[in-house]
Amino acid sequence: MKKSAALKSSAKQIITLNVNGRVYEQALFIHHTLLEVLREDLGLTGTKHGCELGECGACAVLVNGEPVLSCLLLAVDCIGKEITTIEGIADENRLHPLQKAFAELGAAQCGYCTPGILCAAKSLLDKYLRDDSRAVKPLNRERIKEAVSGNICRCTGYLKILEAIELAAERLNLLQNDPSQKILSTVYDKEK
Amino acid sequence: MFNPAELNVIGKPIPKVDALPRCTGKLQYADDLTFPEMLFCKIYRSPYAHAFIKKIDLSKAKKIPGVVKILTGEDFSIPFGILPVSQDEYPLSNKEVRYVGEPIAAFAALDEESAYQAAKAISIEFEIVKPSMSIEESLKQGMIHKSAGLEFGDIEKGFLESDDIFENVYFYEGNTHLALEEHAAAAVPDPDGKLTLYSSTQVPHYLHRTLAKTLNLPPSRIRVIASPNGGGFGGKSDVFSHEIVVSKLALLTGKPVKISLTREEIFYLHRGRHPTLMWLKTGVKKDGTISSMHFKSLLDGGAYGSYGVASLYYTGALQTTTYKIENYKFEGARLFTHKAPCGPKRGHGTPQPRFAIEIMLDEVAEKLQIDPAELRKKHLVQSNSITPNYLKVGSMGLGKCIDKVVEGSGWKDKFRKLPYGKGVGLACGSYICGAGLPIYWNPLPHSSVMIKLDRGGGVSVYCGQIDIGQGSNSMLAQVVAEILGVGPSEIKLCCADTDLTPVDLGSYSSRVTLMVGNAAIQAAQKAVDLLKKAVSEKWGISEDKINFKNGKAFNRENPDLSLDFSEAVQLAEAKFGAVCTVGSYTPPKSPGEYKGSGVGPSPAYSYSASVVQVEVDPETGIIQIEKVWIAHDIGKAINPLSVIGQVEGSVYMGLGEALMEEQTFRARYNGVHKAPGMLDYKSLTSKDMPEVETYLIEDPDPNGPYGAKEVGQGPLLPIPPAVANAVYDAIGVRIREIPLHPEKVLFALKNKAPKRSFPSFHAPKVIRVPLPSESPTTSLLSSDLLRSESLRVDSSPSSGLPPSSSGAVSS
Repeated sequence: MKKSAALKSSAKQIITLNVNGRVYEQALFIHHTLLEVLREDLGLTGTKHGCELGECGACAVLVNGEPVLSCLLLAVDCIGKEITTIEGIADENRLHPLQKAFAELGAAQCGYCTPGILCAAKSLLDKYLRDDSRAVKPLNRERIKEAVSGNICRCTGYLKILEAIELAAERLNLLQNDPSQKILSTVYDKEK
Repeated sequence: MFNPAELNVIGKPIPKVDALPRCTGKLQYADDLTFPEMLFCKIYRSPYAHAFIKKIDLSKAKKIPGVVKILTGEDFSIPFGILPVSQDEYPLSNKEVRYVGEPIAAFAALDEESAYQAAKAISIEFEIVKPSMSIEESLKQGMIHKSAGLEFGDIEKGFLESDDIFENVYFYEGNTHLALEEHAAAAVPDPDGKLTLYSSTQVPHYLHRTLAKTLNLPPSRIRVIASPNGGGFGGKSDVFSHEIVVSKLALLTGKPVKISLTREEIFYLHRGRHPTLMWLKTGVKKDGTISSMHFKSLLDGGAYGSYGVASLYYTGALQTTTYKIENYKFEGARLFTHKAPCGPKRGHGTPQPRFAIEIMLDEVAEKLQIDPAELRKKHLVQSNSITPNYLKVGSMGLGKCIDKVVEGSGWKDKFRKLPYGKGVGLACGSYICGAGLPIYWNPLPHSSVMIKLDRGGGVSVYCGQIDIGQGSNSMLAQVVAEILGVGPSEIKLCCADTDLTPVDLGSYSSRVTLMVGNAAIQAAQKAVDLLKKAVSEKWGISEDKINFKNGKAFNRENPDLSLDFSEAVQLAEAKFGAVCTVGSYTPPKSPGEYKGSGVGPSPAYSYSASVVQVEVDPETGIIQIEKVWIAHDIGKAINPLSVIGQVEGSVYMGLGEALMEEQTFRARYNGVHKAPGMLDYKSLTSKDMPEVETYLIEDPDPNGPYGAKEVGQGPLLPIPPAVANAVYDAIGVRIREIPLHPEKVLFALKNKAPKRSFPSFHAPKVIRVPLPSESPTTSLLSSDLLRSESLRVDSSPSSGLPPSSSGAVSS
């Protein structure tokens, strides 16, 4: 027990992290995960936890644009990298198209898995925004399902989430669904 | 009371009023809260399924740096439980532990790690006792928590009159809610001795009562605020040890104390679906008329009472609300076992019997050579009727639901016509829209809403209800907005705060839309009446000519004459004083007067029908769900977007229960959970979820707000039996238990499935109740005396023995 107390006191170091474009310079325990540091040290509680074992995807954030499980990553491993959390997804007061679509289609019921799913989905859409390989791997429902398959949602049954990501992708001119495939829900069709 | 053509907000698929906080990470759940000087709490839990605590040694734990306070069972003398009849748990166990995970000691420390280290440093001497880990074993040991027996009409006569008799055993495995948010609670003491508890709870009112009881404080000194729930599904509708423990720690230390449970702890917290063994015997006439039904259920309740008495009665209550049953008998018992306690999960006690009945009807239809959809449609319960067990059915849209899914799925071209390996199955269900009777018997309203109008035109709505993700905040805002003629997002909501909001009993039993909605209508109607009086005086026209819409008051006959909503409020405030109104809702009295009639009555019943199409691989036994068609009789969809979301979520959870989710324990390894993590406890991912075609049937119920009924739970019910029926259609084997693992499918295909048998069980006492048609002399309006007696049934001492006195078997 004494050992752990000793470890704790000796393990705090000044660490610089870049989160959502802001540089945080803070004394942190080097054995703390990125999840712990975001929520407890930086006060960014938008990132959630559902298992802290890398099983549920609730804690997903973006590190250099890639979705990662912040519960399995040490904060010190993120030094010098760009971290994006749910708090950094909107452009100032303008919602990200994904956030807008999630709100419009009811893709967030309790909202607890939403930050992680938005991060995973943003990473997917960003790749298609950057990338010209779209023709090779078209963005369709299968790709979207794959991208969020590591995120557990217990409320929605995923369908509204997939539809919302498709709606956002459509608005960003990224969607390349097979025209024969039914994409959007009846409710959205009615609204259109 | 309203003209559907004039509705502006009700029935519109608008985004939730609180969608943006949920999509931006700004919504604060319980664990997102921090307070200055806050301490962290960890709980040490029993590693044994059944043991006596001989000695607790805290000497090492006390020496861990940062430890501030340690509590054990000695610090709590008052038991608690969600039902008045089942006050059988202590916040921390002192003498005996009855399941792995039962709380024994609590540690408050300056940081979470120190609290964890202290919990690890506890040393306990246990006397380990052999646990009972099955329904059969507990029945043998006499560990019966509660038994029930009810007979409506004469089933033996019914069986004599039937042409065919069907009899089978069914088993529904237990499973858990797995809400993504891990339970958390933060207790904050005030310098004046008052306490505030923030908790992820579906039942702030019951938590308030329980804290007052267990902490021995007047309720007026305790404030409970339910934080937005990151999913509930019934898993946060009990009061839990950790909520009481952090409250006590906060009072003792004078510091805020927070606890956030781990996923593994939540698997042991449980209160989920009861594993249920069922025996069903049905007598039918040649045309499929159900002349008699005898149903028996044995529920594996786990270690404590929880909602169990209600769960037991629910397994026998709603059989009668879908198809006409001439004579009906229910016998059942809930048994104590040494497992995590079971309680209410989405559908509470009704998915299990529904699974049995809907499979049996498939078998009946096959034998009688009637299409399963036609068979069901021919024998539907009529709207505005009374069932044999005295449940009053109002609107009943099941027939339309069946038509919709039959048509949508192309049922007639598929049923028994698809190639081997592919199949379709149909099943139905029905659920309550709020329990007609409260947990604590009293004449108080079940829900109340308070509205305050501001001179600036602001509308504040106060209500004890808590949004658990189902969209009840939006429902409340939409109802008030409709009546006051303002936009739903203009409304400020203050919810689930026992200091500030009038009581709502909680987000369980699918009661919120109906009860909160009705209370909100009343409060809003009173407010708009005051505005109309004031405006009518100003304009010199009668009140009925004034209409509120789009943030303005209009003269119906001269739409050019209008004034702003805020001006109307000012006129009313000048005339009557501050514009504050209240509305309350109490369900109508139930006609049932027999002992045990407290479970089942509801102001209204929702109905669902589903067709599931599967592909079964006979080589691997893997079942792929190809598509689900589901129709739900919602009465009136206040927000179709939210309603469809609830239907899809129910289908998802029903598929999980049907195919993979199971909460099971290792009997030979101390009774530990087999899969207390999200990797091993399988649930559907985005890749497993099939396409779902949802149809909303709107058959307004006179008791529902704008005719609305429930949707949060009912649509789960038809899914598991529809999957089982589809598997039969696909490969010709009848599997009468879930989850339908590939292994079970393969065993069944090889005719090697272990046969389940139903133990010899007869309810010690069966109450014979004459059918409503046979008792014209009995007034259907019960007198208060009879009513209170019937309600007291659950408050009488249970006939069974608590596990401590009967389950102890020395190893």
